This record gives sequence, C-alpha cells and structure tokens, in this order.
Amino acid sequence: MPGDTIYTLVFFCWLAGAAAFVVGLHRMNSPATARDGNRLSAAGMALAVVATFAYLVTRPAGIGTTALVIIGAGIVVGGGAGLWLARTVKMTAMPQLVSLFNAVGGGAAALVAIEDFLRVVGTSAETISTSIFVVLGVVIGCVTFTGSLVASGKLQGLVPGRPITFRGSRLLTIGLAIVALGGTALLVAGAAGAVALTPLETLLVLTAIIAAALIFGVTMVLPIGGADMPVVISLLNSFTGTAAAMAGFVINNPVLIIAGALVGAAGAILTTLMADAMNRSIGNILVGGFGTGDSGPAAAGAGGGGTVREISPDDVAVQLAYAQHVIVVPGYGLAVAQAQHSVRELAELLESRGVDVKYAIHPVAGRMPGHMNVLLAEANVPYPQLKEMEEINPEFGRADVALVVGANDVTNPAARSDASSPIYGMPILDVDQAKSIVVLKRSMGKGYAGIDNPLYADPKTGMLFADAKEGLEQLVAAVKQV
Amino acid sequence: MDPALLAALAIFALAILLGFEVISKVPATLHTPLMSGANSIHGIVLVGAMLIAAGAHEPLGYVLAFVAVAFGAANVVGGYVVTDRMLQMFRRREPGRTPPADGAKPGT
Repeated sequence: MPGDTIYTLVFFCWLAGAAAFVVGLHRMNSPATARDGNRLSAAGMALAVVATFAYLVTRPAGIGTTALVIIGAGIVVGGGAGLWLARTVKMTAMPQLVSLFNAVGGGAAALVAIEDFLRVVGTSAETISTSIFVVLGVVIGCVTFTGSLVASGKLQGLVPGRPITFRGSRLLTIGLAIVALGGTALLVAGAAGAVALTPLETLLVLTAIIAAALIFGVTMVLPIGGADMPVVISLLNSFTGTAAAMAGFVINNPVLIIAGALVGAAGAILTTLMADAMNRSIGNILVGGFGTGDSGPAAAGAGGGGTVREISPDDVAVQLAYAQHVIVVPGYGLAVAQAQHSVRELAELLESRGVDVKYAIHPVAGRMPGHMNVLLAEANVPYPQLKEMEEINPEFGRADVALVVGANDVTNPAARSDASSPIYGMPILDVDQAKSIVVLKRSMGKGYAGIDNPLYADPKTGMLFADAKEGLEQLVAAVKQV
Repeated sequence: MDPALLAALAIFALAILLGFEVISKVPATLHTPLMSGANSIHGIVLVGAMLIAAGAHEPLGYVLAFVAVAFGAANVVGGYVVTDRMLQMFRRREPGRTPPADGAKPGT
C-alpha cells in the first residue's frame, strides 16, 4: 500500500492532523487561546479520520461492504454515545466522564493491537518487533481500560472512594506482573523461533497476558484514595497515549505514533504538575493508602481539643453585608451540592451593597485542578474575580470575612505549622489570617485527608452547619433582610 | 532492523520530546481542560481501528473491529465536545468589575 499516490496524499493529511494536535495542545496552555487550540486539534482529527476513510474507499485493494458497515456503524454508535454523554453531563460529573473516555481510548488501542496480532500469528509477519509492540499496546491499553473505569467509578461513587486493600493484594499484583512479563518473554521467544509455539498456544499466552493486565488495572487503582484520582486519571491518560503509539507501531502508522507519543509525554508532564499542586509525589500516590486515618490519633490530640462556635445564618448575613472585603473559598462540598449558582447570587447581592467579593481558588479545589474555575465560570462568575492561591493569600489579612464553603483540607493551618500532620507542607489558603471566618459545611466531618482542622476551633471562626446550597440560599435570603 | 521501523522509532522519540516541551507553564486553571484535550487526541486510535476494520474477514475480527471503532469514536467525539464545553466557560468577559450581561436572571 505505501507508495501509491493516494497513500501519499493521505499521509500528508495525517501529517497535517498531527501538526494540528501539536499546535492545538500548545495553544491550550493559555486561557485566551485554549478554546481555539482545542478546535484546531479537533479539526486535525476530523481531517485525519476523513482522509483515512477516503483512503479505504479509493485504494486499489478496495474495502468490503461488511467492513464499511462496521466502520460506519461503529462511528455512529460510538460517536453518538460520546456526543450525548459530553453534552448532557453535569459539569460536576465531568472528571469521571473524562476518565470514561480515557478508558475506551485505551480499550480501542488494545483491541487494535490484539486484532493485528490475530492476523499475523503463525505467519512470517509475526516478528520479534511486532510481538513486542503488540504486547506493549495490549498491556498498557488493558491496564488503562480497567484502571480508568475504576477511577471513574470512584469519582461517581459506584466504587467506594476510600482506599481499598485486602489481604494478599500486593502478592496478587506481583503475581499479575510476573504473568504479564513471563507471557511477553514467551511470545517474543516464540517469534524469534527460540521456543516452538503453535498459533493456538500463542493465542492462549496472549489471552493470559490480557487477563493479567485487565486485573492489574483494577488492583492498581483500588488502593488509591478518591482525593488522588485526578492525578491517577492524568497518569492513565498518559498511558493511553503510549498505548496508541504502540498500536501505531503495530500497524505501522505515523499519525498514531506521533499523536500517541505527544499525549504520552504531555500527559506525564501534566501529571507531575498536578501532583506538585497537591504536594504529593507520584510514587506516594501509586503506593496508595493515603487518607486511611492511620495518623489520625496524633492529629486529633494536637488540634481537636478546642471548642467550636456555631453561628446562625442571620449573624453571618450581618457580618457579610457590612464587610468591605469578602473572600469566598469554594471547595468540593460546593461542587457536590451544585451550589455554584447560589454562591454567585450571594456574591452579586453583596456587590450590589458595595462589598468587594473575590474567590480564592486552591489549585485542587473541586475534584481536579481547575475544576472549580470551570464550575464557577459555568455559573457566570466573572473570571477576574477568581484568584489563584499565590495571588489571594496576601489578601486574607485585609479580608473582613472569609467564607469557606465546603472546603476543608485546603484551609487547614496544620499544613503550615504541624510537622506531624499528614498534609504538612501542602500549600494551603491562609484563611486563618482573615479578621473573621465563616465555615459553611454539613457537619464536623473530616476532609479527604481524614484529619481534624484546627481552623474550626479558632475563636475567630463561626461554623454554619448546612448543605452548601441550602446554607447559601439561607444567606441570600438573610442578606436581603438586612 | 527494518528501516521503516527505525524511522518510526525516530519519529516516536522526537514526538515524545515535543510532548515534553509543548506543555510548559500552564496555570492550574487549565489543568483539567488540558488533560481533557490531550485525552481527545489519543482518540486518534480511531484511525488505527478503521484501518484494522478494513482488513477484518472473520466474525471475531468483525466484532473486535466494531468495538474498537466505537470506542475510538466515543473517545474522539466525546473528548472534544466536553473539552469545548469546559473552555467555553472561559470566554472573555469585560475586564474589571463589569457584571456579566446575562447575570440579571434570578438564580435557580
């Protein structure tokens, strides 16, 4: 096939598509050009897919009707499902949808590698390099497939978010790795002719590798706590890119290799950026077990002794209405309660009374870095009011009221002062510097880290116990009465 | 080694370096959209699924090819649309304190 004119034209379309991915991804580095960048990338993808289709119908070898129907039906069914999910998902549930799309991408890469291998097995095309790339594509693709499904399930609440460990889980993981590595060695040896394997035996070995990789994906993500899921999803995203590149080697296609390697590398960088923002190392995250409460007693002894002052919505309303500077600290609780519109309504009401309102956005507020910005932007909060941590932290000292809505660990002063705290060293919002603090949360329940927050026992702090949305609505009503 | 494979390995190595460079100082605000955007790009595996589907010729191959194409298409279409939805919310508003034009409607 390579060599004829049509293939050459299609090749240039693929190249143009790959260029669009690179430029598009680069333009997504800045908010001003991000949307254009994504659209450019989408246009490149459309070009690559259309060119491939044109190549299949016009190439001398032609294409069978069955294959044509399969491709058409697959695009309609898969594309339709993706479109429907992407348009109907609530923005709060978006992280798990991204993980789901990542899962199917990994699954597709694994399937491409498997199907190609089914075709070459037992023929002279079954070479050492083909076997290596097939196994890499299959293993990485399968691990991402199940791993991303578990990550998605954890965020959706279908799988418990807490770290799940069981007796012998580590042994099982090691066993699975041995099966995958041993199987790979066997397949490569078979292709090299060092071991005589019948095609059936070869396929059985491949099946064992597939099964081991699928289970490995589950056991890899289960022991990791829900708070670390964003980093895990980003890591799996990088894996899928690599799997796509391996599939590209298998079928000898340049655009798959370029785009896959691009995402693999960019995803790895993004993963470290995210982990840095949470002050977590990737190794720590993958070992798992964070937030199991092992270190709870020490933290409780240090900061749990103080009493907590409860405050009524009317009192909070008076404080807010007569304040000059108010900083809102939105957290995961706000996202869960879908309270982003209520918080915007409260902020607008306060602004109409001349109060200066800003939002302090911790890098990992919400479920993923940047997730909170998306949620607030959706509720029409003006972008300039959203302040990142470094920018807003010096301003807390001047704030009359810091209103913390459903955020916990990111406001915990223990991260600054208590070296024995599990979150010690994590960058936090300096909420405790404000002249007074109002914490709106449902209960005294702990955050993901599972530790006490000395902020709540601070004499300057008033606790308003309510669901984020109900609490904010009560505040809106109360401020109107002031 | 096969020259075509060597060329592919060179492309692979350069594309990895490109991937490291293309993402630099990204504000945390954009981490999620960027991840989602990168997620859509590996949907390129759809092209691989289409090529492999064209060569399928027995029932198992047909089934695998169909699932691969459907998975790839879901990754591509869903990924780009959801990323666009996220980024649409970063649309530029007037700098400073101007309230949004459609902010007059009462909250839900």
